[in-house]
Amino acid sequence: MRKDYSSWSLFTKGLRHNEGWEPAWRSAEPKPSYDVVIVGAGGHGLATAYYLAKEHGVRNIAILEKGYLGGGNTARNTTIVRSNYLWDEAALLYEHALKLWESLTQELNFNVMFSQRGVFNLGHTLQDMRDIERRVNANNLNGIDALVLDAAEVKQRIPILNTAKTARYPVLGASFQPRGGVARHDAVAWGFARAASAWGVDIIENCEVTGMDIANGRIVGLETTRGTIKSERVGCVAAGHSSVLAKMAGIRMPIESHPLQAFVSESMKPVLDTVVMSNAVHGYVSQSDKGELVIGAGIDHYTSYTQRGSPHIIEHTAAAIIELFPMFSRVRMNRQWGGIVDTTPDACPIISKTKVKGLYFNCGWGTGGFKATPGSGNVFAYTIANDEPHPLNRAFDLRRFATGHLIDEHGAAGVAH
Amino acid sequence: MFVLFCPHCREKREEEEFGYGGEAFTARPAEPEAIDDDAWGDYLFMRKNPKGWHWEVWSHNTGCRKFFVVKRNTATNAIAGTWTLADGRKAYDAEGCAP
Repeated sequence: MRKDYSSWSLFTKGLRHNEGWEPAWRSAEPKPSYDVVIVGAGGHGLATAYYLAKEHGVRNIAILEKGYLGGGNTARNTTIVRSNYLWDEAALLYEHALKLWESLTQELNFNVMFSQRGVFNLGHTLQDMRDIERRVNANNLNGIDALVLDAAEVKQRIPILNTAKTARYPVLGASFQPRGGVARHDAVAWGFARAASAWGVDIIENCEVTGMDIANGRIVGLETTRGTIKSERVGCVAAGHSSVLAKMAGIRMPIESHPLQAFVSESMKPVLDTVVMSNAVHGYVSQSDKGELVIGAGIDHYTSYTQRGSPHIIEHTAAAIIELFPMFSRVRMNRQWGGIVDTTPDACPIISKTKVKGLYFNCGWGTGGFKATPGSGNVFAYTIANDEPHPLNRAFDLRRFATGHLIDEHGAAGVAH
Repeated sequence: MFVLFCPHCREKREEEEFGYGGEAFTARPAEPEAIDDDAWGDYLFMRKNPKGWHWEVWSHNTGCRKFFVVKRNTATNAIAGTWTLADGRKAYDAEGCAP
């Protein structure tokens, strides 16, 4: 049985020089068969397994991970959490996630350092401001906190932001979601892993899926680098590698995998206490609790699985950030990396059954999946447990690419995450 | 960052000069009215997105502005070759990539 973390355990372990802490989760050997197998031990996959065990009573679950736990996009994103999406379907899904974020630390007994420091989406043109007003109205109608600020109000809240009228792309205002913020990305993976492990979920690292066994249109098992694993229900949560998995089952996906780069600066004294995003100059920045500026921008335009991008994208990103915050021009950058994002034509995820019975996909989160982690796992667990979508992910079916019911978040909120 | 050889300009130039045009040879169905929604959706949205060799279209945006075909490995960014659209189609068919 898992021992809860508490200030008392911290105190007593501290007295003993922090010796005697137990591993947070159990690393398991694969068993021959499971009731449910989740492919991909990132935040979304771990959350799926956790909610399957906790809310749907499934006990015999494995999570297969080809690398190590939380080593993909979970560790590579810029940790922004918000729910101010334009369309009802997307807004309700992300708001479901945001509500789960608000109690996630207590839920998991693991500090995910969720910090609701607010998120600003800047507007630089009259059309930007019209779109912002429309989006904020839509958010309010959906019960999501959002307000429109003018340039003076933005300047008051973010004094270091360049709001000069002479700027190349002057800031005219912003939408502001006070409940948005950031969370500690690694802690999300570790917290869900620990909580899922406590429910008896087997977390199996260094186990890559190499094939799918399908008989009479049903999934019956997986071929992996650690042997055959039988399971009649398989949920794939593999982000950029979703097309590779889908191909094993003979399914075509509307996904293209692109590198998305991010970088952090050296640590500094607190200078930015919120999250600032701009679609027009295309960059986003926040300051981590460690003091680093966490910066991201757009994808590399070509498809790639290389987990690295091209230097000119970094240049454009840096230019955008310096446009907004001229004082950052002298900040030195510390690390840069890339992740592989699974983009869809409508910038919305696919959380869906497939034509193969018992095979489910949760993918297509593109550049903005981190914010949805708990909500995504929650509704995907429902989908797997009941073999039908949760009301919140009914619209995110793979079939929408045949029926034409796309949820076009590109123009509204999907460009910058 | 990689360098592409434009088969029209016959020069190696930096990636920044080029625009990415996606998967090559996704032909519009000859009779859209005759096919069902699945087939039309497949043409519009479904992509191979392979991890490995990928046939794709690029355009030389800041050069000749013409389209051409590239065979690139998406796992390593290695480039096997570049062709004009017509020559690329021949090489693509010779490899047996066409559906």
